[in-house]
Amino acid sequence: MKGLPPVVITAIVLVLGFALCAMQFPNIASTRVVGNLLTDNAFLGIVATGMTFVIISGGIDLSVGSVIGFTTVFVALAIERWGVPPLVAFVAILVLSAGFGAAMGAVIHVFDLPPFIVTLAGMFLARGASFLLSTESVPISAPIYSTVSDFALRLPGGGRLTAIAIIMLAIVIGGALLLTFTRFGANVYALGGNRVAANLMGVAVGRMTVRIYMLSSLLAGIAGIVFSFYTSAGYSLSAVGVELDTIAAVVIGGTLLTGGQGSVIGTFLGVLIQGLIQTYINFDGTLSSWWTKIATGVLLFAFIALQQALVALARRPVAKSAGAAS
Amino acid sequence: MTALLPRRGLAQILALIVILAVDRVVSPQFFDLRLQDGRLFGSLIDVLNRGTPVALLSLGMVLVIATRGIDLSVGAVMAISGAIAASLADSHGLPVVLAAALGAGLVCGLWNGFLVSVLGMQPIVATLILMVAGRGIAQLITEGRIVTFSSPDLVWLGNGSILGVPVPVAIALGMLILTGAVVRGSALGLLIEATGGNARASELAGVGTRAMILAVYVWCGVCAALAGVIAAADIMGADANNAGLWLELDAILAVVIGGTSLFGGRFSLVLAVLGALIIQTMNTGILLSGYPPEFNLLVKAVVVLTVLLLQSPKLSGFSGIMPPLRRAKA
Amino acid sequence: MEKSPDPAPPLLEVRGISKSFGAVRALQEVDFTLRAGEIHALLGENGAGKSTLIKAITGVFPRDAGVIRISGEEVAPRSAKAALQAGIATVYQEVNLLPNLSVAQNLFLDRQPMRFGIVREGEMRRRAKMLLGGFGLDIDVSAPLGSYSVAVQHVTAIARAVDLSARVLILDEPTASLDRHEVEILFDIMRQLAGRGIGIVFVSHFLDQVYEISDRITVLRNGRLVGERETASLPRLELIRMMLGRELAETTSARAATAEHQAREVCASFEGYGKAGYVAPFNLELRHGEVVGLAGLLGSGRTETARLVFGAERADRGQAKVEGDPIRLLSPRDGVRHGFGYCPEERKTDGIVAELTVRENIVLALQAKRGLHRPLSRREQDEIAGRYVKMLDIRPPDPERPVGLLSGGNQQKVLLARWLATSPRLLVLDEPTRGIDVGAHAEIIRLIRELCDDGLALLVISSELDEIVTYSDRVVVLRDRAHVDELTGEAIDISNILAAIAADSAVVAHEGRA
Repeated sequence: MKGLPPVVITAIVLVLGFALCAMQFPNIASTRVVGNLLTDNAFLGIVATGMTFVIISGGIDLSVGSVIGFTTVFVALAIERWGVPPLVAFVAILVLSAGFGAAMGAVIHVFDLPPFIVTLAGMFLARGASFLLSTESVPISAPIYSTVSDFALRLPGGGRLTAIAIIMLAIVIGGALLLTFTRFGANVYALGGNRVAANLMGVAVGRMTVRIYMLSSLLAGIAGIVFSFYTSAGYSLSAVGVELDTIAAVVIGGTLLTGGQGSVIGTFLGVLIQGLIQTYINFDGTLSSWWTKIATGVLLFAFIALQQALVALARRPVAKSAGAAS
Repeated sequence: MTALLPRRGLAQILALIVILAVDRVVSPQFFDLRLQDGRLFGSLIDVLNRGTPVALLSLGMVLVIATRGIDLSVGAVMAISGAIAASLADSHGLPVVLAAALGAGLVCGLWNGFLVSVLGMQPIVATLILMVAGRGIAQLITEGRIVTFSSPDLVWLGNGSILGVPVPVAIALGMLILTGAVVRGSALGLLIEATGGNARASELAGVGTRAMILAVYVWCGVCAALAGVIAAADIMGADANNAGLWLELDAILAVVIGGTSLFGGRFSLVLAVLGALIIQTMNTGILLSGYPPEFNLLVKAVVVLTVLLLQSPKLSGFSGIMPPLRRAKA
Repeated sequence: MEKSPDPAPPLLEVRGISKSFGAVRALQEVDFTLRAGEIHALLGENGAGKSTLIKAITGVFPRDAGVIRISGEEVAPRSAKAALQAGIATVYQEVNLLPNLSVAQNLFLDRQPMRFGIVREGEMRRRAKMLLGGFGLDIDVSAPLGSYSVAVQHVTAIARAVDLSARVLILDEPTASLDRHEVEILFDIMRQLAGRGIGIVFVSHFLDQVYEISDRITVLRNGRLVGERETASLPRLELIRMMLGRELAETTSARAATAEHQAREVCASFEGYGKAGYVAPFNLELRHGEVVGLAGLLGSGRTETARLVFGAERADRGQAKVEGDPIRLLSPRDGVRHGFGYCPEERKTDGIVAELTVRENIVLALQAKRGLHRPLSRREQDEIAGRYVKMLDIRPPDPERPVGLLSGGNQQKVLLARWLATSPRLLVLDEPTRGIDVGAHAEIIRLIRELCDDGLALLVISSELDEIVTYSDRVVVLRDRAHVDELTGEAIDISNILAAIAADSAVVAHEGRA
């Protein structure tokens, strides 16, 4: 009497939605559109993978949008103004963002503070820092950027699987493996189940917290690099509000916002659903972009309500036996 | 033990004084006030005036947080009510405009409260929905444009003055007094604190916890709508994209600075508003000192961290400086 | 500080351990010695320092002074993990596992069988199945732990601790939520483990179990060591004297069942009252000045009856009446409005509001009853709180202290005060003496009698039959979620209650023990 796991429902929603869109606009069902969808949402898929770990562990990371913004500015300035080789700039920003995430995780753990408010401070900090670097858009013209943008695997049907889409898929798969098949992954679920119990059972809660936020920020850094490939520029206002899209994708993907349950694959499907809505609105042409927000909101509500119902259902027999223990 | 009461706000008052002093250093005419056309002008008035939206938001937010909740949607609600007010301003009278805008806030609050108290959703999750969708709704109302208006009544609400005091400041003060009278004048305060402290136990003691939770979200929605109307009146227009953007975070920050724990329970209205003023005083100081306004974000980040660390139970040595209102561990 | 003359050092040796929380000295210079292969009971009233000692040994929090040696070697674990590595495993009273993970993951968390950095899921399940098989459990180990009963969860926790090749196994109230059959399985396992040379610290307040299983007993009182004895040579009375520091005689005396009680007026009555799948319809009359005891096994429907009577759960059939008038009970608010009060069993989660003061906790129900618009002034609150702090002897007598800082017994008194302040006509008490020390226990029983003499109607649940026999005018016996018998007057004694519980099942005998 478990019913369908939420991730299956996400998949059904995606397939149904795609079928409906394709019925109205047959062009949507082409590798070209799907390839573009993957490319357009590559950075979102990457950062959402990291967010999945954070949310399953019972936390939240509001800083990811700002870290993406900071990364694009940093990379652009490093390459264009400071004359740093692109790869060195990439390594530097990844080290920096990982360190940033580790610091947030450490503060959360050591001072026993709600992740929500600590990463809020991190969000202010990263966005403020990117403003300090530069408030204007810095175009990037390094050769590696055109090389990467030009690279793509041809798909049958004229579609292109771009380099950044490939990076995203690799990270999603890697993230899914990490979460499902390793000790680290099990510990992430353990933290989301009950931190105190996890600690008593020998999980190094502090180290795990630091690593989880480090992973999230690291992936946000990679997403930032990917974003800079996507736009060929660095801008301190880029990716404002992405944390919301990311959290929405994770929740629509069937991850419990309260932690303890969820999957990377579901998150990936959630990203695709958001991308599909965007694509549909673009195809329609008459609908304005704000419908994306409303549709996302409606989906969010539907999935949260669904989760709520599932949790209530799953609890019922337990609650009964607990009640029986008079 | 009664000495604890005045000591509670001491840190916040000291912080405000220090920031004011710093502002005085960067801007020697900071405390200057002058009366012009029957309205007071000066940096201090400016702080109060600009601090109004966050102060109003924090009045609702502090009650929500006291019930162990949070309302992420207040910024979006501001956008919605501002859009409604701006759209109606030139065709309807002020009472209609206000009723429609505040009514929208009430409905938003009811929605949030319904999700939290009746469906039992986690507050951060429940209000996230409106946070995401709310701006879309606001844009639906304004049809994606920036709606401007010239209704003198509504403009007065944002720019007029009563006895020399800017109208927004008077409204905020009125709301503080009203909220305080309702909450502390009735048993609401105790029952909200009990609900936030232990909802199950309060329910079994006969407290109508659901009604309590519904009420605070509704009030939070109304406060946010009022803030949205004032913000729209201030700029004589409604911008669905930017009205109230990130202000939910400022409101939460104000409540935290005011010493109310994010884990619910004890709360203080006055200190939450004081928190909003502290934030605005910093903002104004940064502007006056000639730093770019973006610098605000960095300062805010540092303030959030400092306040959190001072309140952290792990730093018990410091906790005397700025104790959270909540003491015992739940 | 004086060295033991044994040539072989004991398995676990604790010397002069101290710990303070602020001004409260939770442990003062406590010594504790555990030998290999022994089962050592650690006893004391609530607040004696048992759990503080355990937590100091296992590094959950740092100690202020003292030395811990394992087989003669000094250890200083700083965390539960470090304690595990030093060979000390603990199973806490509340099952501290992860309901969202599979049983297998729970057993092998942080030590899963690995190959190339990947968890070997199949191998882990196989081992989990084998491990639990040794405990007589044959379940699907890939299902989430939360989908199993509390007993299974508990056995899983113990299995995990045992499998961690611990040399010292600390069991903190392990039997509290197990039935007799499961307790016997656990005891078998404990004896078997002791036979292998593992030292077991057994914390329990079930004295029968202590005498049944333990080799030696260490008693703490008020954070100090009272003594360490051989179980076999320690008479029960002497043990209780060590724990309480006073004679038990004063704590029990039978309620004089007088005929006058039968003549009292009916306060509340329930006819054909029940809820499908919860409790079968029952008839219950509660009279002024009368104590009705609810007796039955765990899960027999006692708490369920109490919740229906109070209004915490909605009945789907039957009629409730107060003083003869029909009423509707849809929520606790209705119950409170009709003058009912309910002290739930789970004080911490369902009773107190920990961070609010004693005063605020006491006036809470009265204020809720009066409604929002009729706030009690601070003066009235002070007066009410002061009155009940004095009347019930709540300690410390400071109404402005957060109630979470009080001991269990005093928290219970605050809850009683909360309801007494509403001048109720009916008070429902669910396990009013559970988990509180024996001193407060006696006071609460005395209070129950006094309240009853003042004309209050009382419905009291307790799993301690001698307690029920002591204060009840009538006893309702429950079995399988139905009311099966009612005893009055002379008929109320333990053997009759047991007989009613047992009626058509032979399981019983042991459950009735106090």
